[in-house]
Amino acid sequence: MNLRLHIWRQSGPTDTGMMKTYDLADVSEHMSFLEMLDVLNEQLSERGEEPVAFEHDCREGICGSCGMVINGRPHGPLPRTTACQLHMRTFKDGDEIYIEPWRARAFPVVRDLVVDRSSFDRIIQSGGFVSVNTGNAQDGNTLPISKKDADYAMDAAACIGCGACVAACPNSSAMLFTSAKIGHLGALPQGQAERYDRAENMVLTMDAEGFGACTNHYECEAACPKGISADFIARMNRDFVMAGLLNR
Amino acid sequence: MELNSHIPSGPLAEKWDKHKAELKLVNPANKRKFSVIVVGTGLAGASAAATLAELGYQVTAVTYHDSPRRAHSIAAQGGINAAKNYQNDGDSVWRLFYDTIKGGDFRAREANVHRLAQVSVNIIDQCVAQGVPFAREYGGTLSNRSFGGAQVSRTFYARGQTGQQLLLGAYQALSRQIGLGKVKMLNKKEMMDVVVVDGRARGVVIRDLVDGSIETLMGDAVILATGGYGNTFYLSTNAKACNVTAAYRAYKRGAAFANPCFTQIHPTCIPQSGDYQSKLTLMSESLRNDGRIWVPKKQGDTRAPGDIPENERDYYLERKYPSFGNLSPRDIASRAAKEACDDGRGVGPGGKGVYLDFSDAIRRLGQPVIEDRYGNLFEMYERITGENPYEVPMRIYPAVHYTMGGLWVDYNLMSNIPGLFVLGEANFSDHGANRLGASALMQGLADGYFVIPYTIGGYFAKGGLTPVSADAPEARAAVEETTTKVQQLLGINGKRTANSFHRELGKIMWDKCGMARNAKGLNEALQEIPALREEFWQNLTVPGTGAQLNQSLEHASRVADFMEFAELMVRDALHREESCGGHFREEYQTEDGEAKRNDADFTYVAAWEYTGAGSAPTLHKEPLVFENVELATRSYK
Repeated sequence: MNLRLHIWRQSGPTDTGMMKTYDLADVSEHMSFLEMLDVLNEQLSERGEEPVAFEHDCREGICGSCGMVINGRPHGPLPRTTACQLHMRTFKDGDEIYIEPWRARAFPVVRDLVVDRSSFDRIIQSGGFVSVNTGNAQDGNTLPISKKDADYAMDAAACIGCGACVAACPNSSAMLFTSAKIGHLGALPQGQAERYDRAENMVLTMDAEGFGACTNHYECEAACPKGISADFIARMNRDFVMAGLLNR
Repeated sequence: MELNSHIPSGPLAEKWDKHKAELKLVNPANKRKFSVIVVGTGLAGASAAATLAELGYQVTAVTYHDSPRRAHSIAAQGGINAAKNYQNDGDSVWRLFYDTIKGGDFRAREANVHRLAQVSVNIIDQCVAQGVPFAREYGGTLSNRSFGGAQVSRTFYARGQTGQQLLLGAYQALSRQIGLGKVKMLNKKEMMDVVVVDGRARGVVIRDLVDGSIETLMGDAVILATGGYGNTFYLSTNAKACNVTAAYRAYKRGAAFANPCFTQIHPTCIPQSGDYQSKLTLMSESLRNDGRIWVPKKQGDTRAPGDIPENERDYYLERKYPSFGNLSPRDIASRAAKEACDDGRGVGPGGKGVYLDFSDAIRRLGQPVIEDRYGNLFEMYERITGENPYEVPMRIYPAVHYTMGGLWVDYNLMSNIPGLFVLGEANFSDHGANRLGASALMQGLADGYFVIPYTIGGYFAKGGLTPVSADAPEARAAVEETTTKVQQLLGINGKRTANSFHRELGKIMWDKCGMARNAKGLNEALQEIPALREEFWQNLTVPGTGAQLNQSLEHASRVADFMEFAELMVRDALHREESCGGHFREEYQTEDGEAKRNDADFTYVAAWEYTGAGSAPTLHKEPLVFENVELATRSYK
């Protein structure tokens, strides 16, 4: 198939950036979206132009590196699919495709489609863990956890930290990301000791990083490639309120 | 070069405890005086960095990713082994040890493997304490499944995302230390060289991938946890950025590289679909718990799989290896698939595929059970191929997956350069010539959580470390070399991209040093690789500059090292005149096509020493001594 691509080009953080148009011919339907960009980049390089910078690594939908807004939707049109797992059979000959970086104040553009997501790391650093040192933990089976609880925790823990939730949200809120970690650890007995402090610290960091608040658009849930439920946000809000009551 | 494995004396089961008791300690107040540089933040690196910081060392961790959570450990699907014997099915530390030694085709060190089996149980406990959401039974206990090469159920898992959950556990432990100010985390920095001063590893050269600046980090010890070199083949299941640069640079600075030809070809990957293919995707080995592998009995049978009646199918693994069946180890299952395809019975485009069929399991257990066990894998398969594996069998083909070889280390996980430690896939120590499924996660975390925290203390406590600054001539020379290399790559101004060279190198390696090797092909590769390398240095094009984020430059720099390293792999494969594990030399096979080991001549670790550009590396042999297991023909029949 032949495609017309409109891609955000920005040489660095201080550049204003602009959309540029590229025609790409003979794209196979079996290619992944990123392989299609690889082909474009090979052609650009051979012409002496600079290739489009984009993050990617595992190309299996699990590392969370890749992320771009494709035709207005983070990771593109398919539900529960990262950009690297999106295949060109989703598109048809003659399509025009618009490709842009995540747009959020807390995710400054580094170059082209690459953004700086270190704000996510700082949210985790402020409480997204169980404070346990290595060594001499008790036997794993001494702490029974019902299958239901383990499955629920795993639903939240499946987050890959890609940032699509932020890109999809009209407020650039990181509440789905933050609540997924709070929900994962808060649902397990191991996470109880720090449950409320964790919620409070992570929410405060999230705010300080410049992410917006949630106004119930549910765009994050729709965009999440791992299908994480916005219910975790409600749970986080409860824990945050409890923290306020307990820590007063 | 002297290679002393420093294996403690005494009975096998007591070696580790004895060694821990004898290692000198660094007192808590002194630990903060020692600085450790950890390169790589996958399972091994993140767990080591977190644990060493908890102990009080000054830790600096380096990753080329934008976050430590992106490391490729995250992609491991199936699970992690541990000798817990929760299933009461006869498992024990001894049995995990024996399975791993046998699985590695008797080319690993007994003492290292036994220690791995011993600490495996602690890993599970530690991860549970961190909140890793392992799969559970209804009664609340931990759930297990089976993996290849074992007749017990000892694999712990978190859906099909075990690597992700274990890595996030380590990442969270690391994040806690970063938040506490105990670890200095450097993202988007790539290690370009090791700085060796007075014979000890005292620092690394790092390049900032965003602004291109090059600097040195100095410390008292350097830990490389930089993963494997499967991407030498271009197409592999590794993530795109995985590379050999850190390990290869250490090799060029004097670290021995052990068994580079031992590469694992994983039997169950999604076949290649075209020339544009950028990587291959693994379908977890756990699928072989319920999937049955088959090809048509007739050559060139192009009927749809559903139209081929039962008696015209060849379930070749069940036929050839009745006691392990579809759960035969990876090297064996891969070769059997190749054999079936070479025989003209492969399926799909180009006949490069075999079926992995779930219809029996769906009939027996119902679709919901299969969905619960493998749902995300089935979804991934459908996304990539456009076919629904609940309705038609998956098509799979072997692909490069893991590298058992790596930098040589002693029992303390220290290379022959004092102060340079190597953990996880980057070292060679535990898997011999073939790794069993669900053992990579085990080894990465064993090294990082439970081995290095002890052995690095032993190194520091011996003393003799004097302060070294970044102005040391060795450090400045290393920076200069890196700067020159980057400028050379940018200055060639040729016509071909790094990617096209990498692809061509990969094809040479897959054809001549892949699933089956022979002297003729390997000798050809020894001609072709240097020729390609020469063209690379004359005809490469790298757009852009070195002072901005430049992914083409990053790739070119890695390909430059693959180009040299590939030759070392081929040399090693050529010298090892036997077949063992993942190394199958066509000249050395039994009448029914099984690998034929040569214990009399090759029961050793081949450790290669760099001797300068254009000069052949020197081979050193560390004999493998088996005091506790008998070297047996590895049979899964």
